[in-house]
Amino acid sequence: MTTDASQTITRIAEIIINELKLEDVTPESFEPDLDLVDEVGIDSMDLATIALVLRDEYGIRIDEDDYPKLTTVRIIADYIDTKLAEKE
Amino acid sequence: MKTVSSLLDAHWYERYKKISRLNIRSSIYDVTDRCNLRCKGCFFFSSGEHERAAEEKDVDKWHAFVEKEMDRGVNLAILIGGEPTLCMDRIEAFYKRLPTFCATNGLIKVDRNRFPNMMVGLSLWGDTEDETILRGQDTFKVTSANYEGDSHAYYLYTITPKQLGKTEKIIQKIENVGLKVHMQLLSNDEDVNGFSWQEEELVAIREEMDGMLDAYPDTVISSKYYHQIITAGKMLGRRFGWNECPSVTISRDNRDPQPKRLTNFIRWASDLKTVHRCCTSETRDCSTCKDGAAHMSWVMVNKRAHIKTTKDLQNWIEVYEMFAKLYQFIPW
Ligand code: SF4
Ligand code: SF4
Repeated sequence: MTTDASQTITRIAEIIINELKLEDVTPESFEPDLDLVDEVGIDSMDLATIALVLRDEYGIRIDEDDYPKLTTVRIIADYIDTKLAEKE
Repeated sequence: MKTVSSLLDAHWYERYKKISRLNIRSSIYDVTDRCNLRCKGCFFFSSGEHERAAEEKDVDKWHAFVEKEMDRGVNLAILIGGEPTLCMDRIEAFYKRLPTFCATNGLIKVDRNRFPNMMVGLSLWGDTEDETILRGQDTFKVTSANYEGDSHAYYLYTITPKQLGKTEKIIQKIENVGLKVHMQLLSNDEDVNGFSWQEEELVAIREEMDGMLDAYPDTVISSKYYHQIITAGKMLGRRFGWNECPSVTISRDNRDPQPKRLTNFIRWASDLKTVHRCCTSETRDCSTCKDGAAHMSWVMVNKRAHIKTTKDLQNWIEVYEMFAKLYQFIPW
């Protein structure tokens, strides 16, 4: 994993923790492969909220059709990195 | 951090996974502004909603409208107000494209050749006496003959305070005609003597509903948590009302901060242009609102608030399953 990738993962974990007000977890201890729906219990409205923050932070648009694919922090990080690479 | 699997055993976790990705996006549609009954306490007429918009009569416009609704992401059409079965062509515009639920008084039978698996909710307001007082006739006789044994139909039994101690007889007669039943409570919209809920009656009816669920688990589609919430108007220490309600039309939702709510929910009038404030009457007092669907949705959109203890999460699962069954996202 590159430092950049791991930074993205930690930052996304931080955003999710803040937006969803998750307790007893830090960006560093957040398991990046934890299933966000099956384990954390987020729903599509939570994802929409998170997508807005990610859009503002990274300047990328997340299609609503892509929400079902974004099941872990690592997958979201990969998705963002790919979108950022496409922009360059 | 509490995770779902840390709170559930394998059986409950499987149940959770069957519903966790359903992502139901419903909206509600008034199909017509007419009805072949005039029930006392019907919010549609008592609040003047039937006069707010003139129904669209061109069925092509209904077809185009449903297409646009699908573009908005709607994946469940809930047809209500006045009486949808007066306009089968309009129902068909939805049914051909979307999972569709039709709330009806059941006096007109839905043709099963035309709508083979559309879920039909048959309104029932009590025993013969209450039905006659409130609706002018006992509809059960007709509706049970129309739908006996139909696996895509169930009774939506609106319980009034006068039903206390009498619900079992009704559940039994529904079971005897091979149908299911979901219970909800009458909201006090229109003054009808003796039909206003008092605190002690709500406590008593909760117990009675729990008893019916225990005694008739194959017939009653419900959950004890739902009974608790709809009678107490409280969930996890929060009180139901305008500030919490999830079933507010998105374009009429000026709340700040916004509570957790149904994604893109709209309740459309039958002119296909006007929107109503919420899933029920605009004149209803939110602080005493007993709308069953709004209470169910309130639980459903607050999933993470229930990922605290095993019991809380199991309660959430049961309410979500109940909704998913009533709208055919999972089997009975
Ligand atoms: S059948 Fe339904 S729509 Fe018609 S008057 Fe009664 S409650 Fe209202
Ligand atoms: S009347 Fe009931 S359903 Fe409508 S906004 Fe108020 S609480 Fe919600």
